Order: sequence, then C-alpha cells, then structure tokens
Amino acid sequence: MNIDPALWRGLTQRRMPRRVLMSAAGKGFGLLSVAALLASCGIAGTLDHQGAQVDWAAFWKGQKKTNQLNFANWPLYIDSEHGKTESLELFTKMTGIKVNYQPVIQADASFYATVEPELAAQEVTGYDIMVITNGWYFTQLVNNGFLIELDQSKLPNFAKYASSLVKDPSYDPGNKHSVTWQTGFTGIAYNTKMITREITSFNDLADPAFKGHVGMMNDNVELGSAALLRMGVDPVTSTPKQWRESTQWLKKQRPLVSGYYDQSYISHLENGDTWISQAYSGDIFQANLSGYPHLKYVTPKEGQIVWHDNMVIPRQSQNPLSALSWMNFYYTPKIAGIVEDWVSYVCPVPEAQQYILDVIKDPTVANSPLVFPSTESAKLSHGYYIYRDYDEYQTWNDVFNPIIES
Amino acid sequence: MTDLLERSTAVDKKPSWLRRHSPPYWLSLVGGGWMLLFFLIPLVSGLIVSLETGNPISGYTLTWNWHIYSQLFVHSDIPYSTFLLRSLYYGVATTILSILIAYPMAYFIAFRVSVRWKSPLILLVLLSFFVSFVIRTDMWSFVLAQQGFVLTGLRKLHLVSANFHILGTSNAVIGGDIYNNLPFMVLPIYVALERIDRRILEAARDLYSNGRQVFLRVVLPLSRAGIFAGVLLVFITTVGDPVNSSLLGGVGTYTIGQAIQDSYLTNQQFNVAAALSTVLMVILGIIMFAYAKIFGTENLENLV
Repeated sequence: MNIDPALWRGLTQRRMPRRVLMSAAGKGFGLLSVAALLASCGIAGTLDHQGAQVDWAAFWKGQKKTNQLNFANWPLYIDSEHGKTESLELFTKMTGIKVNYQPVIQADASFYATVEPELAAQEVTGYDIMVITNGWYFTQLVNNGFLIELDQSKLPNFAKYASSLVKDPSYDPGNKHSVTWQTGFTGIAYNTKMITREITSFNDLADPAFKGHVGMMNDNVELGSAALLRMGVDPVTSTPKQWRESTQWLKKQRPLVSGYYDQSYISHLENGDTWISQAYSGDIFQANLSGYPHLKYVTPKEGQIVWHDNMVIPRQSQNPLSALSWMNFYYTPKIAGIVEDWVSYVCPVPEAQQYILDVIKDPTVANSPLVFPSTESAKLSHGYYIYRDYDEYQTWNDVFNPIIES
Repeated sequence: MTDLLERSTAVDKKPSWLRRHSPPYWLSLVGGGWMLLFFLIPLVSGLIVSLETGNPISGYTLTWNWHIYSQLFVHSDIPYSTFLLRSLYYGVATTILSILIAYPMAYFIAFRVSVRWKSPLILLVLLSFFVSFVIRTDMWSFVLAQQGFVLTGLRKLHLVSANFHILGTSNAVIGGDIYNNLPFMVLPIYVALERIDRRILEAARDLYSNGRQVFLRVVLPLSRAGIFAGVLLVFITTVGDPVNSSLLGGVGTYTIGQAIQDSYLTNQQFNVAAALSTVLMVILGIIMFAYAKIFGTENLENLV
C-alpha cells in the first residue's frame, strides 16, 4: 500500500488549531440554536376559528349538574360580614353547590394576561365565572371564542328583574355571553373643602385655579371618553377623527394635571393631593361613608360614562350549569340587595332597593342616587366605544397614550 | 511509513488534551448554562420578538422589522428616548445618593458599634424587607400626601407654602428608589468595612495619619469593593423599575419600566415591549461593561 505521507499525516494528525476548531463549533452551535429559535418564533394569535360552529343548544343539553362553582371576582366586590358571605351561603344552602370564591382579579389587563394562554390552548382555567369589565378585554374574550354562550332559558330571573341599563347592552347584544354583576358611573368628584363653587362640567377639570390638583385616569378609555363627552360626542358612535380632535383639550389641560392615576386616584382625592378628579361613583359613595363626607360625585352636564362588570363563563368551564344557576340566583331582589348593601356600586336589579329599605333597613344605600340612579342620570350615561378589532384599539391607543405617557 | 504510524499512536497514548484541559470547561458548565438560560436566550428572543409584526389576535410573525427601533426612538408621538434618559437619570441620582446615605450607616455599624449591637442594627436595615415592596412604596404616598401629617405639620410651622407638594415630582420618585434600594447599598459596604483588619488602621495612626487621612487613604480604598457591588445592585434595579414612578410620580415622571409594562399588558404590543426591553438591556449592558472595565472586576472578587 502506497499512501502519500502528506495525506497520511492529514488523516491522522490534528491540523486545525484548537481555538479555531472551538470557535467554529461554537458558531455552528450558535447558528443551529438561532435557526431553531427562528423556526419556533412568531407568536401564535388567539383567534379561534371553531367558535362559530359550536351548537350551544346541544352543548347545554349535554351538561350534567355538578356541585362545585369556582368564582373569580375583584377584591371587596361581594358582601362580607366577619369573613362570611351571606349571599354565597344562601346559594349553597339552596342548591347544594359549594362555591370556591376567589377575589383574584386586580385589573382586566393583568387578569386577561394570566388566563389567556390557557384559554387559547383550550385548557381548563379553573374558573367557572369570571367578572370582566366591558371593554377591549371583554371584546377579545368574545371575538376569540373564549366564552360559553348563555342558555337564556335557564335565566328567568334575569329576564324578570334586570334593569334596562344592563339588558341587551351594545357590547354584548342579547346578553349572549354575559350578565352584569355591577354597574358603575365615571364622572367627576371634588373636594368641597377646597373647592367652594359648584362643579357641573368637564371643563371644570381644566380650570387654572386648580392647577396641580387635578386628577385624571391613566386608563386611556376613561380619559378619551371624558374628552369625547366634553366635546358633546357620544363615545359609542365616535370616529377616529373625533378622537384626535378631543386630544386638543387634553393637551391643553395637561399642565394643570397632577397625575394620571390608576385606582389610586381615590386615595389622592382622600389625601387632598387632588381637589377635583375623574372618579367612579361607587368609590365616592364608599369614601363618603368611611370618613370623607366632603367628597362629592357629580354627573357632568355633558354626560357620564357607564360601564359594566360582567359575569362570563370561560369556554373550558367544568361547572357551567352551576355558573348559570348562580347567575339566575343573583338576579333576585333579595340576593342582589344583600350584595348591593355591601358593595354599593350601581345595582343591576332595581327592585333590590325596596328589599334594602324594608328588610335590611339601610336607607343610606337604598336612597342613594349613586346606587339606584334616577332615570335622568341614566339618560345622561353613555357607554365606551366598542372596538371592532385590534387595529381600532391600536388607533385609540396611538391617539390617547401620548397624553398619559410623557 | 511505520515510523509515522508509531508516532501517531504515541500521541494518542499521552493523556489526551481533552482530559487534561476539560475540567475548567466542565466546571463552567453550570455558570455558562445559567448565563445562556437567563441572559442570552431572553436577550436573543427579546430581539427576535421586537422584529416581528402583527397583533395578539391574529398572531405575530417575524418580518425583520428593524424600523421599529427608529419608529420608537426617533419618530414617535410618545417620547420613549426621554423615558430612557429619565430612567438613567433616576438610576444615577439614586445610586449616588444611596452611597452618600449608606456609607455613613455602614461605617457606623462596622466601626462605632459594639459587637452586641451589630446584628440588631443590620436587622433594622433589613426590616423594611419584611413588608411587601409595593405596600411599602404606597405607604409613602400616604405619608407624603398633601393632607398627610408631614406636610400638614410643615405648613403649620410655615416652613413650606400652601402649594408645596412632594408627590408627583421626580424627587419623590428618586426618594422612593433610594428608600427601597438602600439595604442593597448598606450591606455590601458593611461587609467590605467589616473585613478591614483593624491593625491596619492602628498602623496608619502610628505613622502619624490623622482621622481624615486614615479614612481617605486606608478605609475608603479598602471598602471600594463594597461600593462597587452596591452600585451594580442599586443602579440596575432602579433603571428598570416601574413601581416607584407610578406610585409616587405624576405628570413627567414616566419611566422606561412603565413604558415596557404598559405596552405589554395594556396595549398588547409585544413587539414594542420587546424592542424597549432590548434597548434597555443593551444600554445597561454597555454601561455595566464600561463600569467594570474602568473599576475592575477584581473588586468583586475581594468581597467574597
């Protein structure tokens, strides 16, 4: 056998310096991993294409009764006396359904972010009822097919007792996916110790006399809706052109604003940091009872925003019948009254007023126009704009975020 | 020919290169894996997400959209570059002020206190960590409120005007940052000071140094490892922090941390959030690299 020594050497001896070899291996490995990353990259959307094909009548027919209900709600949003919740106990007594009540929702955005991956993967979230505000996250839940359509035949109490404010709302026609838990108004609140004159209009939020003591909301839906109402535009029917116009006032008002606040706006009002602020009616009602009687809620003459926190059933709920029977149970003057007497936002059952007055004997709540609004204030109420798709939501953000974020 | 063959087998019989040199590589595997898992992969995947376009409903796809960086930092209605600079300013101010406050504290505990009192005092420094970060910060907004006892008292004494306020200003945010990060500065400096051999100080005095010279020429240089570690801990946490600016700040205190949080959670613009974090990570990386180059990482080795 006659092999060229050079070839032999090439076959048996190492010729590549180690450093080069290592770096080449490293690069190869790096490229491989980058390629793997790229192959797996891209984030799947949440849009569900099967949602439309579900036969909900058959779905409900196929359901069997269970004795469990997992209820996700916001903190301090149900009656509570010494750690006991009467409304839930009555429900358990009547139906035998045990309720696992979890006040885990701090905000729509963060709660949606925690359940969305499971909903998108069609996995069990562990909740049978979630309470979601009508708005972008509610719209997403509906559009993505993440919600079970309600069987209206099992909700006779809703048909009988629900107020016209919560029946057939524009964000969920025919209450197909939701029934309201609580309603609230967003208007203006002010400190009567600091401001002696009458406050009547959104324009009062831009009074130079209150410079540095004006609070606005950092929720851009609330902020934008207020600006639209001030212009005399109903947010529900507004157009992107009007959104842009409305920001002129917000920009002009900005130097007077002490901050764009989240839920902390209420402590700023109570502390006296802000004298006048955008505010939720229920918070002001609570504040009046807990040592801040000098705060006053006003419905601006241009109108106020009405929003609804809604009970919905996620698609992979394990106990949908329990959820429905709770919804139906809640919509009675008695149960809604028990809850309302404690929560005191706006009650979705008008007849609960009589129950609170006669049985619970709490005229403060029963006679408050903030809990049981007059027809005039209901007439002055307008909903949020309902985004048809993400692009509209994006446009709204692009218009109003520059006001808040700076 | 046979000669060559023998030589090549002889090479193989020696302890192989791999066997001789691999232990350090094996040992670095854990650290390297840590870096890969918690630094490199997040950084690269963040970069990739930032180059995608789309929306959360129909999904995001990679389109190599490098424009996003110029869109965000050059032509934007929302001044992200201002937020970034502001965060860096908060970070620098917090770090410097923390050193000025923490050093005397650590010095006092290390040198001026009897052994019996050292542990209780260190515990006091850490005591604020027993309460949740957010609640601690929120309590400050209660204390410093316009009708809170601090400002009411100052107004009654006519020390401040009726319109004077603390909340909603940059100073309130920096104050909150300092308060929340102070233990991260005190502890490393304390450790560094505690390790100084007391005989060195005696020697300095024997060589006719006065108190000031002992401090400036002996104590301070020997404790710089502690300062170095404290700066890393405080600066990095402060620059990315969204909590203090949202709870204590107002108009004009919006930080890059808040921008990332809002664009991810509220606006659901994953690509924007990723682009902002990537820029923040890269800039922090450059600053830290330069810092370590200038002051030397052996400082950290001295500490452990």
